[in-house]
Amino acid sequence: MRQPKPLLQIENLSKIFHIRQGFSSQEFHAVDKASIIIESDKPEIFAVVGESGSGKTTLAKMVLGMETASEGTLRYKDRVVNDISSKEMKTWFYREVQPVFQDPFAAFSPLKRIDGYLFETAANYKMADKKEAPRYINEVLSEVGLTLAEIAGRYPNELSGGQAQRVAIARALITKPSLIVADEPVSMLDASLRMSIVNMFRNLKDHSEVSVIYITHDLATAFYAGDRIAVMLRGWIVEMGPTEQVLGNPLHPYTQNLKNSIPSIRASDAWKEKIDLAVIETDEYTRTGCKFAGRCPAVMNICHDNIPPSVQHQGRSVKCFLYEDDGAPTSQKIAAPALG
Amino acid sequence: MGTIIEANNLRAYYITKAYGVERTVKAVDGITLRIQEGEVYGIAGESGCGKSTLLRVLLNAYNPPLTVVDGEVVYHLDGERVSAADMNEERQRDLRWRTLSYIPQGSMHVLNPVRRIRDSFHDFISAHRDVSKAESFALTAKYLRDLGLPEKVLASYPHQLSGGMRQRVTIALATILWPKLIFADEPTTALDVVVQRGVIQMLKDVQQKEGSTLILITHDIGVHANLADRIAILYAGKLVEEAATQTILESPRHPYTRFLIESLPSLDSREERLSIPGRPPALDRPPSGCRFHERCPLAKDICKTIEPALIEIAPRHFTACHVVEEELSHASA
Repeated sequence: MRQPKPLLQIENLSKIFHIRQGFSSQEFHAVDKASIIIESDKPEIFAVVGESGSGKTTLAKMVLGMETASEGTLRYKDRVVNDISSKEMKTWFYREVQPVFQDPFAAFSPLKRIDGYLFETAANYKMADKKEAPRYINEVLSEVGLTLAEIAGRYPNELSGGQAQRVAIARALITKPSLIVADEPVSMLDASLRMSIVNMFRNLKDHSEVSVIYITHDLATAFYAGDRIAVMLRGWIVEMGPTEQVLGNPLHPYTQNLKNSIPSIRASDAWKEKIDLAVIETDEYTRTGCKFAGRCPAVMNICHDNIPPSVQHQGRSVKCFLYEDDGAPTSQKIAAPALG
Repeated sequence: MGTIIEANNLRAYYITKAYGVERTVKAVDGITLRIQEGEVYGIAGESGCGKSTLLRVLLNAYNPPLTVVDGEVVYHLDGERVSAADMNEERQRDLRWRTLSYIPQGSMHVLNPVRRIRDSFHDFISAHRDVSKAESFALTAKYLRDLGLPEKVLASYPHQLSGGMRQRVTIALATILWPKLIFADEPTTALDVVVQRGVIQMLKDVQQKEGSTLILITHDIGVHANLADRIAILYAGKLVEEAATQTILESPRHPYTRFLIESLPSLDSREERLSIPGRPPALDRPPSGCRFHERCPLAKDICKTIEPALIEIAPRHFTACHVVEEELSHASA
């Protein structure tokens, strides 16, 4: 049997921005050689986590075709996205890959009725003719737990954040996409509504055959929803693999740091140690060695001047000198930095 | 230690009238609370439950259409009992930042983008104290050093700092005059976990150093768990439960609080978690009786018509729920 082509194939993808200061110009890699494959045979939720300024959104924009990559290739259904004509981008690519953004109220004009967006999208992509449209839209809305009657004629401000985000997701589903790129879709929402949106992504994956790239800084929901996860730090993917392994037993000191920083509601898990934060963002981006060297509790001499390779270790890829060999970590003493 | 601020049966409504249509949004509807000196008091609730409105009224910084229709806010300052409504403009300006301080959410919008951090600090300090530039720089440098912030930030512009550092600079700015009462509105929302942890640490440091009182508003129970001494749960403009943090987390009684805590995802299990059914009610036409009854799986007939009172079900543990009340009366009978 032939292996089906992957849905999305990202190879060594980079985005380089230039910062100008007076006459000098400095390069900085918002995304640095990212490689991700999302298979087409089985829909999955691929979580991308990292702190603000880690390049998550730039990566999303490149996948969405909103930003061109500086280096590397991005293939969607075995076609190089850069080479797709602008006409085909409109008729095919944008239909296939749909975005959901952070703030549902910024995604809709406050002066337009919200159902108008759904009808417009359906008409633009010829998903249903005029007579059929209400029935079709109602069907799509039912996938996100709404009905057309509930939202017909209403303005965005009349909806709750959760409802507006559902409508934004329904709008993305109208074109029957294969991939949804959701950039922080729940971070504006309340705890009680958050889970309903995340549960919805799980349902969509199971019942509507849609893969989701779920970008978030919220590790708990990434763990809950994601099948696989990539942890980003200053443009690098430092650890990537099945969510249960990566977050269950994180190897990269940065992932360990992230996991330990989740505020727990159990008193026994209260933090004991203090942590360091980056002072100036561009300092870490332009660091020559490992970008985490300045904050890493397990830092070694080699880390300051050399870029660590990505190695396969315990079923995931990890970009750290501690795991240079594919066997045991280089030193047992520093292998398990205890972060409080 | 005594009470530093109290609210008595506070009702604050947004009253608007446009094109002859009058609309009243009951954002804070009968809230009574007492906050002790030196404690961290957490206020939790979803957006639209009135927590920001409550903060604005407690801070005495509100304008129409927000109107206090009933009740009062009372400050206890140096043994003097001052009602917020009786303060004149001058007294208020004098109290602000020196006694009452406020840490806003979006730190990017707080700092002047075209001034270096140390100049922003100077502007701020010189508005309240008669200081020279050198004095305020020295004061700022010492304060930042005490809080563990690198000196480098002083000469930086806001856009050069990382988001977490910016938020910490904002906290430093809001607390440099050692206010007695600090209000923080979602200080860590929209920050990632590592930065959030840094900000929580700093809030703790600031609060403990001078024994200030911190009133922390956030919907994130995890943040409350790590910072607050007591938590009040707000739902649709009402206080539905109030207790020590540990009690709220380990034995919440109100069905809404229980939902809120059970729906928190954790790294322990990927089992499906139920979200709270329905959505928060609109506050211009709040539901009758208990405001949670439409979403409550335990609701009885009485819940639809009669509003439950906030009662003390255990020492210093208050909740407003008919079902809990009934259970208690059966237990004691």
